[in-house]
Amino acid sequence: MDKRKIEENIFTSLMIISTLVILSTLVFILATVIVRGLPVMNLAMVTQTPRGGYYLGKEGGVLNAIVGSLYLAGGATFLAILISLPVVLYLNIYAKKTSRLITFTRFSFDVLWGVPSIVYGAFGFTIMLFLGLRASLLGGIIAVAVLILPIMSRAMDEVIRMVPEELLEASYGLGATRLETALKVVVRQTLPGILTGILIAFGRGIGDAASVMLTAGFTDHIPYSLFRPAATLPLAIFYQLGTPIPEVQDRAYASVFILIVIILIISIVSRILTDRFTKHIVR
Amino acid sequence: MEFKTHISVQNLSVFYGNEQALRNITVDIPDKKITVIIGPSGCGKTTLLKSFNRLIDSIDGVRVSGKVLVDGENIFDPKVEVTHIRKKMGLLSQKPYPLPMSIYDNVAYGPRIHGIKDKKELNRIVEHYLKESSLWDEVKGRLHQPASKLSVGQQQRLCLARGLAVEPEIILGDEPTSALDPKSSQRIEQRFIELKKDYTIVIVTHILRQAKRLADYVVFLYLGELIEYGPAEEIFENPKREMTKEYIKGIIS
Amino acid sequence: MKENNNILKNRSEKGLPGMGSRRLLKDRFAHRLIFLLTILAGMIVFLMIIGLYQRSRPILAIKPLTELLFSSSWHPLRGEFGFFPFIMGTLWVTGVAVVIAIPLCLLTAIYLSEYVHKKVREWSKPLVDLLAGIPSVVYGVWGILMIVPLVKNTIAPFLGTFSTGYSVLTAGIILAIMIFPIIIHVSVEVFGSLPYEVREASLALGATKWQTVKYVVMRKALPGVIAAIVLGLSRAFGETMAVLMVAGNVPKVPSSLFDPAYPLPALIANNYGEMLSVPLYDSALLLASLILLFVVLFFNIIARVILVKIERNIE
Repeated sequence: MDKRKIEENIFTSLMIISTLVILSTLVFILATVIVRGLPVMNLAMVTQTPRGGYYLGKEGGVLNAIVGSLYLAGGATFLAILISLPVVLYLNIYAKKTSRLITFTRFSFDVLWGVPSIVYGAFGFTIMLFLGLRASLLGGIIAVAVLILPIMSRAMDEVIRMVPEELLEASYGLGATRLETALKVVVRQTLPGILTGILIAFGRGIGDAASVMLTAGFTDHIPYSLFRPAATLPLAIFYQLGTPIPEVQDRAYASVFILIVIILIISIVSRILTDRFTKHIVR
Repeated sequence: MEFKTHISVQNLSVFYGNEQALRNITVDIPDKKITVIIGPSGCGKTTLLKSFNRLIDSIDGVRVSGKVLVDGENIFDPKVEVTHIRKKMGLLSQKPYPLPMSIYDNVAYGPRIHGIKDKKELNRIVEHYLKESSLWDEVKGRLHQPASKLSVGQQQRLCLARGLAVEPEIILGDEPTSALDPKSSQRIEQRFIELKKDYTIVIVTHILRQAKRLADYVVFLYLGELIEYGPAEEIFENPKREMTKEYIKGIIS
Repeated sequence: MKENNNILKNRSEKGLPGMGSRRLLKDRFAHRLIFLLTILAGMIVFLMIIGLYQRSRPILAIKPLTELLFSSSWHPLRGEFGFFPFIMGTLWVTGVAVVIAIPLCLLTAIYLSEYVHKKVREWSKPLVDLLAGIPSVVYGVWGILMIVPLVKNTIAPFLGTFSTGYSVLTAGIILAIMIFPIIIHVSVEVFGSLPYEVREASLALGATKWQTVKYVVMRKALPGVIAAIVLGLSRAFGETMAVLMVAGNVPKVPSSLFDPAYPLPALIANNYGEMLSVPLYDSALLLASLILLFVVLFFNIIARVILVKIERNIE
């Protein structure tokens, strides 16, 4: 009797310790970012691009990277939506339920989900060579779009799968086509889930470095063309950290802070939008 | 039996994969009367009903043989356009499924997809059909609220209004009151009785008393086969088949 | 009663839109278009393999694969491309990460699934997932700030050795944290998919909760948990930025936890700049990407197949 109890207690304590360790790393990481990044934050960081000698400690900010990241992640997300939403609607509404295309595509996306971002970067690079593109905003957009495609599709698929068949029948029964049902009923019913999927994908896209490293290049200017290089926050952080000058390294921490804040804002916005769009949903 | 036929079912058989759900059914559904399809659960009542508006099309592995003629047209003819058929039929399901939009938009959905865009016309349509399903008084002040906020009984009446708004000729009811409380059931039944002046109504039910209240004609199915059909008084007072007698008495259920 | 009727009927008689052809054309067109898109999406994996292979061919034509994989000689300027140190570096770092992660994640997943109140589980799940949302560059920065000094000033001296802090251990620790979310998330789902009756039977026989977990739950959930670990492994294998920043990046096979390592993804990321200027360098690096892709695909497919089998068993 006793032995069992002792074993139970030991393992329960171990479990609690593990859980606390894991949850506390989250807190620890965020705390470090704030403690190191916040003091160095100033308005210049967010409103200015790097001036000459920025990487040697002179003035400027990371506006180039902020705008570049937003453009890049925005463009990639848009591209990914153009592919994800129709394909997921196809899988759930148009295709015959037992079609092999459905299993194949879902499996394909599942497998793509785990591909490392550096491979997407390398692939993006080969495509750019093939198309004759140089390091550019467009190249980054393509690489990140393919990166976030499986993430977005899976999130959308999970919600759209759950739409009850009877709801579709109600629409068909009124004489609606599949396209009308998909756009006017299914999308309205699943809008919160779709939005969440989009925002998760955006968050992933904006934070990724490896895929943009080989494709988007870097620049100190705010991007003004799809065919010129673009700066991104993750790379800005990396490069600033790589200098031996403490002021610049500090700015890297501030940039991290900016990146985390952007991602946090996206999460909050996604929560708000989700709540707002839930009112019409049929349960 | 002297009546004008609206739906003529001829040798209809429906297979789900290897299972046969309907066996060689031949029956005529009269125009502008209430026909009730009765039978124990699993006998194929819903399959028969859903073959009228071809909702069975979406079931995997379904095979259909035979014909169903509506206004002389075989709805299973490959050249026929399904959405055209469905417009002629309005379906009221067992569990009300309001569309994820406002009360107004639910009723307006059908007319809108069929081309009506004029605001005033839509307003008129919405009001008219909400009145037809006796829901207007309860919702007239909150037409733009989500439909999901209505009670179940109200939702079912909303689905009725929604179905009527596409101007069907035939109303199909798949156990339309089984999810409702007695008072709401009563209201739906009353609507059916009044609507039969203008629409052909076909209802599936397993509640014999409801069948007795509503039916002008009765179709009795058992295990996918048509056992008997005829005017309500005949079937309920003087059934010709033994099985019908037993079902009506409540022995088989 | 029907005076308002026949609006739609009148329109159809006049041939106004709404009765069919345009809507149906739209539906049919949409169907075709989306079908093509779906095929395209499914093809992406193959496109990636083909694309990377094409660009790897130059180096494969010159050097045998075995030499590339097993030689330790990495001198691109001399035309020597031995990947062995990088492969070993990746294995070391991933190994450390998995060894650290498995016990912690398993214990946490069991705790969250079997012991805590539903409410606690409901908000600890998103918290764990939050870890997954942190960009890898942030992990790298944090690693440099916290873990590198920890290894250099505390752990290494404590064990009697020296380390610059940029080492296998450091990268392993960071990677472990990065793969916590996926292992925990999938494991919790697997535990959750087991019907409650499985536990009831054991508890009814008088077993304690822990015994039930140890002998019954774990046994049934084992394939799923293995799949979760494999997914974590695959994620660790391909992680680039964070390891790039803390692993040390010295192209030598590590001989201890405190030596620096140069994992494959870090190699690719670090040298893409020189890629096009040194002959065969781009081909070598893209070959490295291809190898990485295959390894990750391999792990992913295995894990997915296991998980799909589990899903089928539930149904």
